[in-house]
Amino acid sequence: MKTLTIAAGITLAAGAAVAETPVLTVYTYDSFVSDWGPGPAVEAAFEKTCGCDLKFVAVGDGAELLSRLRLEGARTEADVALGLDSNLMAAAAETGLFAPAGIDIPKLDLPIDWTDSTFLPFDWGWFAFVYDKTKVTDVPKSLDDLATSDHSIVIEDPRSSTPGLGLALWMQAVYGDGATEAWAKLNKRIVTVTKGWSEAYGMFLDGEADMVLSYTTSPAYHLIAENDDSKGALAFDEGNYMQIEVAAKLAGTDQPELADKFLAFMLSDEFQSIIPTTNWMYPAKVPASGLPEGFETLTKPAKSIIFLGDEAEKMRKAALEAWLAAAGR
Amino acid sequence: MAGSRRPIRRPPVPGLLALALVLLVTLGALAAVALRAEGIGSLSRSDWLAVRFTLLQATLSAVLSVALAIPVARALARRRFAGRRALVTLLGAPFVLPVIVAVLGLISVFGQNGLVSRALGLFGLPPLSIYGLHGVVLAHVFFNLPLATRLILQGWLAIPAERFRLAASLGFGPGDVARILERPMLRQVVPGAFLVIFLLCLTSFAVALTLGGGPRATTVELAIYQAFRFDFDLSRAALLALVQVLVAGSIALVALRLTPPDGIGAGLDRVVTRWDSTGPWSIALDAAAIALAGAFLLVPLAMIVLKGVAGLGSLPASVFLAAGRSLAVALASMALTLALALPLAAWVVRGRARLVDALGTMSIALSPLVIGTGLFILLFPLVDPARVALPVTALVNAVMSLPFALRALVPALGAVEAAFGPLADGLGMNGFARLRLLWLPRLRRPLGFVAGLSAALSVGDLGVVTLFASPEGGTLPLALYRLMGAYRMDDAAAAALLLLICSLAVFWVFDRGGRVDADS
Repeated sequence: MKTLTIAAGITLAAGAAVAETPVLTVYTYDSFVSDWGPGPAVEAAFEKTCGCDLKFVAVGDGAELLSRLRLEGARTEADVALGLDSNLMAAAAETGLFAPAGIDIPKLDLPIDWTDSTFLPFDWGWFAFVYDKTKVTDVPKSLDDLATSDHSIVIEDPRSSTPGLGLALWMQAVYGDGATEAWAKLNKRIVTVTKGWSEAYGMFLDGEADMVLSYTTSPAYHLIAENDDSKGALAFDEGNYMQIEVAAKLAGTDQPELADKFLAFMLSDEFQSIIPTTNWMYPAKVPASGLPEGFETLTKPAKSIIFLGDEAEKMRKAALEAWLAAAGR
Repeated sequence: MAGSRRPIRRPPVPGLLALALVLLVTLGALAAVALRAEGIGSLSRSDWLAVRFTLLQATLSAVLSVALAIPVARALARRRFAGRRALVTLLGAPFVLPVIVAVLGLISVFGQNGLVSRALGLFGLPPLSIYGLHGVVLAHVFFNLPLATRLILQGWLAIPAERFRLAASLGFGPGDVARILERPMLRQVVPGAFLVIFLLCLTSFAVALTLGGGPRATTVELAIYQAFRFDFDLSRAALLALVQVLVAGSIALVALRLTPPDGIGAGLDRVVTRWDSTGPWSIALDAAAIALAGAFLLVPLAMIVLKGVAGLGSLPASVFLAAGRSLAVALASMALTLALALPLAAWVVRGRARLVDALGTMSIALSPLVIGTGLFILLFPLVDPARVALPVTALVNAVMSLPFALRALVPALGAVEAAFGPLADGLGMNGFARLRLLWLPRLRRPLGFVAGLSAALSVGDLGVVTLFASPEGGTLPLALYRLMGAYRMDDAAAAALLLLICSLAVFWVFDRGGRVDADS
């Protein structure tokens, strides 16, 4: 326990020393702040102009981020939460922890209209099954096609992973009450279900399955970072489910102006141009310089599916139940 | 004999302090989560299904791990061959690997596209299907067979050499040796080994899910994670963790009650040549046991090495910094483990405090997620969690290593006390003098093993650091996960190899001191 006491002492001393520069604390998910994520570049760019210290706190994934904020409640140090998943917006709004952003929202480049003024999108993507073009030639055109094909797939668990939940909601949107039936058919193609995206994607790259549940932007990584154009993503006739990642200002922030400044910066060209090749998602507002070279080769589904707000909350439970019911058969 | 001496009456102060710290980290954290929850939750039908599946897979995994470990440990105990020392160290590796690395290693051997399936394909046979209950058990045996082997091997090496010499001069055959010498030892070691492995498997989550092939392989730990992350239902999380604790506690008490008191007595502490079991049949059997276990455990490791070796040179410097932090945490965690384990083991042995043993052992069965969250709730009002990330990680890792430490130290200390306790009592040797002059020299082997194991486990464990770490302050396993999350699977494979090297290195360094006489 002595270490803890000492650590507490150091914390107090350190806190006093940096009190002159305002600190903006941004809670986000872990991969955002890693050396290979957008975090380091975003921090450097914002600190150049804000006259502040931007401090990232990394918390698991987008869903764990919300759990953490609920755990900390009103006492939280966070000024901004960055990286909440659009499926959790209703649950997030219900906590009362967030406040509307005090900025003018520029016109966004999303496939859907955006009306919420508390949760602001910073990037988005379509979930899709990613495959190896050299191995799979007869590409399925729909979820039905995939279920009746002979391709093996690996997916993530909806309870522990954002893409997994995305697929469950996708199935729910397409099949409604027939989702359990549809899952029972699709399950025959599923090699296994992993805890998170990393395990599933690693297994796919090792050849354990023909396809993996990921994003339409995944092939861009292989193309741009590895010069490998062998990966493709499937666009389905019924549309692909979307993920929108949002950020919001905390109601209890002690730096409301700085938080708004950050949210405005988040939608500026500088921030948005960092996103595509670090987070491997589409920027919420395409910067003047356009998308990086290679993004034009990506598959674009003709239709976008997404549940927002209370509907997402309601569907989340139904989607999970359908998935579990199919597995119990 | 141990049975004739009266246990000490008052609980020793160091033991009490150690137990208090362990309980604060485990049950204190659980209580913090429960108190933070609004109202009392209830468990759904799917939660109970998760409990059932968890018990089933944990029981099967523990039984198989221990059953398979007995022939392997016996073979290692009675055979001398070139490379034996290296093999014994390497066999410890799966146990200390991060889950994600071990799973990918296993899949590269046993998966649809793994070595075995590809070999089958050459003969026109269908690929192996690893996914299902059998896959879960296979993975858990992969993780825990080495631990079971080491614990049982310690038991074999603790049989005084004079017994074997006496047995040889009395003309004992292998059957007689097994009946008179080995089985009593096994009765003493096996329940404890079964217990720790069962408890370890109780909190399995990613392994069970990935290799179990889907939601039917839902364990309690996954249900807890779901309660936290998906539903933010703290009361259900606490309730599920309580179920884990109750199951763990009752199994611990039963297993420890089944362990007879040490009655084997002491010898002169040397390992000597064995004269029994020199027949060709028994040599072939031992060779097969070692070869099969070696292949089962080492081929997946070799795959990890092969995948990682190319990228090792080009790893970013930050990964090496993370490795440095991991090693620092590992050393702190090791020191803490010894500081906690020795007083507790002393209390267990000298006070016959089986309950203390059970409490110290079952800490491993408590959900890491609940412990992390509970500690977070306790510390959040006091300090910035990021500032205490590494000390807290070291403390939790130490508590998590405690069960293995107790399993290795309690029988060994019991034997030391049985042999030398009366003499030490007669000399009035107590407290520090007893520790320095009797215990430390006599316990060198298990202490080395415990130090190595706890340090290695700490290197490989992702643990609570995810809940606390700042972006710049992560450990090596966290860096590995971040690399994977950024699509950099090749760098991640290299980081996995670096982690394997670090784990094995710390294990080897500390365990070496303990193993010097295992090879004589």
